[in-house]
Amino acid sequence: MALDGNAIGGLLLDIFAVEMTSAEATCAACGAVGPLAETTVYVRGPGTVVRCRRCTSVLMVMARVRGLNCVDLSGLAALEVTRSYD
Amino acid sequence: MARTAVHGRLSWQVATVGAVTEETDSVRTIALDLPDWPGHRAGQHLDVRLTAEDGYSAERSYSIASADGEPVAITVERLDDGEVSPYLTRELRPGDQMEVRGPIGNWFTWGPHDGGPLLLIAGGSGVVPLRAILRHRQRSGSTVPVRLLYSSRSLADVIYREELDQWSAEVRYTLTRSQPSGWGGFSGRVDEAMLARVAWPASQRPLAFICGPTPFVEAVAELLVARHYPASRVKTERFGGA
Repeated sequence: MALDGNAIGGLLLDIFAVEMTSAEATCAACGAVGPLAETTVYVRGPGTVVRCRRCTSVLMVMARVRGLNCVDLSGLAALEVTRSYD
Repeated sequence: MARTAVHGRLSWQVATVGAVTEETDSVRTIALDLPDWPGHRAGQHLDVRLTAEDGYSAERSYSIASADGEPVAITVERLDDGEVSPYLTRELRPGDQMEVRGPIGNWFTWGPHDGGPLLLIAGGSGVVPLRAILRHRQRSGSTVPVRLLYSSRSLADVIYREELDQWSAEVRYTLTRSQPSGWGGFSGRVDEAMLARVAWPASQRPLAFICGPTPFVEAVAELLVARHYPASRVKTERFGGA
């Protein structure tokens, strides 16, 4: 079942150490720009897969291997973190 | 070390279960006593981690049901094939402890400075973060107009019904599977005709929050975009369930 980026806010915070659901992601395949919260997320596989809501390309893959977070961001053209106001 | 927060990262902390309120046959609200809670915003989540004696652990994310400044509570729906929710809704007792980290997420949140008018659309237990927003709006004294359209299988499945019934001008229910005799609210799935009666016109620059199962959220978001709501003013949160 597909979720969205809100569901992995804790995992993203673990990896990036800042709040990331509001971060703007740019798809390297189609150029769509939007907050990570609105991406399509699959959590049932061996890792977590984040896909573009517009073109379904893979944006990010995150897997935990022997206690390490392995992160593949090659599907992203840009990832822009805006400072939250609080 | 366990209690030292690494900068920017969330630490797990031990929550003690306080009052437990049965909302419906399959849904309960669990108050959590969290001595190191930094505060939260309406719409945020927390992660719960349960660890079995053999070391197996499971994590789930739950929306916070309470408004900014209120004690933390989560509302959990039991999914019979779930791994975590049957325990939380059947076994858990006041005084029990579990690991929690949060608050999490800043996208699907609302504060008075975000303005409105607010259109909140809930499918089933998707009402939980929207209830936090509704309470926060009231507690903060915000005068932003608000409407909540809540889709539920039946009246008996409506969560927070007593509280929501006090908002008769703002809250509309639609019952998808069964309606009591003489039911005066909406029936069936959220559709164009329902939104024509409930949704603020796009010209008022409304801010919409939709939360529910993935297919529900997709369908409603599409209807709002067809009503010329800009995508940037339609915030969505989907859940699957486990």
